[in-house]
Amino acid sequence: MQPYDMPDEKGHFGQFGGVFVAETLIEALDELRIMYEKYRHDPDFLKELHYDLKHFVGRPSPIYHAKRWSDRVGGAQIYLKREDLNHTGAHKVNNTVGQALLAKRMGKPRIIAETGAGQHGVATATISARLGLECVVYMGSEDVKRQAPNVYRMKLLGATVVPVESGSKTLKDALNEAMRDWVTNISTTFYIIGTVAGPHPYPMMVRDFNSVVGVECKSQMNEMLGRQPDVVLACVGGGSNAMGIFYPYIDLPDVRLIGVEAAGHGIETGKHAAPLTANSPIGVLHGNRTYLMQNEEGQIIETHSISAGLDYPGVGPEHAWLKDIKRAEYVAVTDTEALDAFHSLCLTEGIIPALESSHALAYAEKLAKTMKPDQVILVNLSGRGDKDINTVAKISNITL
Amino acid sequence: MSRIANTFKALKEANRKALIPYITAGDPHPDLTVSMMHALVDSGADMIELGIPFSDPMADGPTIQRASERALAHHVGLSHVFNMVKTFREKDTQTPIILMGYANPIEAIGAETFVERAKVSDVDGIITVDYPPEECTQFTKLLKEKNIDSIFLLSPTSELDRVKLIIEQASGFLYYVSLKGVTGAANIDIEQVKSKVSMIRELTDLPIGVGFGVKDAATAKEVAKISDAVVVGSRMIQEIENSNKDNLIQNISKLMKELREAVN
Ligand SMILES: Cc1ncc(COP(=O)(O)O)c(C=O)c1O
Repeated sequence: MQPYDMPDEKGHFGQFGGVFVAETLIEALDELRIMYEKYRHDPDFLKELHYDLKHFVGRPSPIYHAKRWSDRVGGAQIYLKREDLNHTGAHKVNNTVGQALLAKRMGKPRIIAETGAGQHGVATATISARLGLECVVYMGSEDVKRQAPNVYRMKLLGATVVPVESGSKTLKDALNEAMRDWVTNISTTFYIIGTVAGPHPYPMMVRDFNSVVGVECKSQMNEMLGRQPDVVLACVGGGSNAMGIFYPYIDLPDVRLIGVEAAGHGIETGKHAAPLTANSPIGVLHGNRTYLMQNEEGQIIETHSISAGLDYPGVGPEHAWLKDIKRAEYVAVTDTEALDAFHSLCLTEGIIPALESSHALAYAEKLAKTMKPDQVILVNLSGRGDKDINTVAKISNITL
Repeated sequence: MSRIANTFKALKEANRKALIPYITAGDPHPDLTVSMMHALVDSGADMIELGIPFSDPMADGPTIQRASERALAHHVGLSHVFNMVKTFREKDTQTPIILMGYANPIEAIGAETFVERAKVSDVDGIITVDYPPEECTQFTKLLKEKNIDSIFLLSPTSELDRVKLIIEQASGFLYYVSLKGVTGAANIDIEQVKSKVSMIRELTDLPIGVGFGVKDAATAKEVAKISDAVVVGSRMIQEIENSNKDNLIQNISKLMKELREAVN
């Protein structure tokens, strides 16, 4: 079999991906592509990156056998890749450290980012503070309300948080606004995109920086069990934690890869954020071609999810490709199912998961029941749930 | 020869520069768009750029974003836009109409259907903001077959090779974006625009339009001196925002006349 080697030179994953931006951004993307090509295999750059991943982020993150939870669920053994234990509490930091170090090499003193749940914003503000770079984070005003603790964290770290009032006031609008900033301040500014979306080279670059997760899993699983898992599961918003853990496994055909989208109130209600599971049409948004939630006129429609980090109408183009070539499968779980899994993990394992990651946990629960006790599911526990306690308390009618 | 090329030819013979106002179809209300288009022509517009509303106008500043939102509040989509052009053509068969929009609404109905319907409605040119030439060769070909011009943006950051690549695909005219930024942004640097426009001129006979930062009659006048066409967008939309149903036509006509006088 040919080793998996995507995207092509122009950033295409089959018909997906590409560079769909206004001419004003082309030169900046060319510069980024060239600089990333220059540094991605550069020993000095990699040394600096690995030093920070180890000493600043706290890598490698452990894999934990959730034995009590597996027993309670009944069926396959569930293992958790503990990205929640990273500095700043999610996988997002793997990518921001990588991109910020690149920004430094490119001599850009100003960093911008978009954020939904605030995890990417916090991770970007964190590394910017550490490197002494100015940091501006765009966040939909709806999300500013939903994720107040993260907004304050970003401010503590010296970042400017700009609430975005346009469109649906969520992640997609924050991305639009960050792009507008970038066009305007191209010469001084590096745009750190937080997921495997955007124009080429972002989907590839963000995947590469997050693939440290999957690379670690391969050797850790080998050490712990002497074999690889039967299934690898991850939640999918834009898809960066999923690509990070999937990528090193793509060439191992015996490992099933399953991405879990947010079904919100239920796929059949239309109020969800699951373009792959719902068979949304193909379209163009934020610089790439992918499956996209939209109406018949091609207007992007509002998404619904309990978790701000999954509330995105598109999905990274590489997931669209992996779905089409049937290398990965995509499913969705509802708000309620995710919440149940959230509480369940809290109570049986003493781990408070992020609501995003709880979607992957909920599906692990369903799937494990259909599998044998000697089979293994590896879940990317992409983040911790501290940021979500207000949301969960509110649903439980508790005032903090 | 296309309607756009003819218009530029006639203007050149008369030693005049083209003035191209931009409005978003359906803003402030779909019932008003066609009469606004006629009023603009009556007051001195040589061509009209008609925006296709989109939920995520990434290259537009707040003013044109609001125009899109107002149009979308009335559910204006491509079928309405085509109908507006058709209705406009009942009274005006001379003035070129250029549609400006984003890729997704086009792909939602399919490129072939889009081009077919653009032809039937007698549209003259298309600007697709987020279709750089590499990503739309098939679309450009379809347009060419129907004799509809593909108008591409050029930016202050476009280097020589890039400009050449774009010129190869372009027809009608080239649209030079006068600043690093979104529509309606800050002040433009005329000297910089001038040097870039002369660089482009050495490479092509296509007319060159300039837009994105033309915020008043004085700027329009300066820009007209160094280009073949001046595009006025956000300033036009501001006038729409500051008007009510009763004085809208009067106000945009007045602005159009001011611009015309400045450019002549
Ligand atoms: C903990 C966590 N997991 C997952 C996501 C979803 O993003 P992605 O699909 O890119 O991993 C987010 C986004 O904010 C997050 O904070």
